[in-house]
Amino acid sequence: MAVKDYIRERFFPHMWCPGCGHGIVLNSLLRAVEQLGMSKNEIVMVSGIGCSSRIGGYVDFHTLHTLHGRALAFATGVKLSRPELNVVVPMGDGDALAIGGNHFIHACRRNIGMTAIVMNNRIYGMTGGQFSPMSGLGISASTAPYSNIDRAFDVSEMARAAGATFVARTTVYHAQQATEFIKKAFLHEGFAVVEILSQCPTHFGRRNRQGGAADMMEWFKENTVPVGSKKKLENPALIERGIFVQKEEPEYCSEYAKIVDKAMRG
Amino acid sequence: MAKGKPKLKAHHVNRDWCKGCGICVHFCPKNVLELDEAEKAFAARPDDCIACKLCEIRCPDLAIDIETE
Repeated sequence: MAVKDYIRERFFPHMWCPGCGHGIVLNSLLRAVEQLGMSKNEIVMVSGIGCSSRIGGYVDFHTLHTLHGRALAFATGVKLSRPELNVVVPMGDGDALAIGGNHFIHACRRNIGMTAIVMNNRIYGMTGGQFSPMSGLGISASTAPYSNIDRAFDVSEMARAAGATFVARTTVYHAQQATEFIKKAFLHEGFAVVEILSQCPTHFGRRNRQGGAADMMEWFKENTVPVGSKKKLENPALIERGIFVQKEEPEYCSEYAKIVDKAMRG
Repeated sequence: MAKGKPKLKAHHVNRDWCKGCGICVHFCPKNVLELDEAEKAFAARPDDCIACKLCEIRCPDLAIDIETE
């Protein structure tokens, strides 16, 4: 199947702004699904609220558009009732780490078999450019006109600390790497987090004088390094890309099935 | 089928989906693409194309399809 066979063409052109990185995440995700030869009927995409979460409307999988920050909770219900399905939860940085922060860390801790894709553009785009938990110090946002004094999370560090068994980070500039990481996450038995740095030229880029979409992608190229690179030691401000965690741990649905079995035997 | 690099057959740009963000133009390693008067991407120098598909995989609008032989 071609990439276009996995989308709902009737909803295109999509609603994202020109140059929005979320479109590249969609592009990379579709290529991952195509390269793995997955059937549309074996994938469930559960999303919350925000620009990022609109991705669910464009893919021709089983899709659920749920509550802000609560997509992982809905997805947990889907996965527990139908563990054989591949569940993927695309989230924005605000959706995943502000209102959904609690669900995020506990999904990591449970190690339930699903893929969380954090589309991190460091801002609330849909509602007008408010700062998010990923904006970071010194960033200008509509709710921080004199610059932001809130420190940012490191999503990948947080996922690792909370117990996720697959954690990777890349950017939309590195779209092929994004496809590779999403493929690995889909095949992983356990909770997988793929953080993809994405650009919001409309709000983040404009307010922070970062130029257009292509300039913001150049920034991803210049300011990220492969994990373990010597350049990171010389310049700690660089952001590492790569797979940070990949390990085997008991998966939640499998453990739950064992408990059901134990209870049934009395 | 002959092995080696894929050979370009055609650039297909979906003009209804292209929003003219210029990502494809900026990152084309061979400077093949340009935006036209309507701010839609088109292959201005198709003979220079090496069919690397970097434009296709980075297009946020899924508007580019590079057809190869």
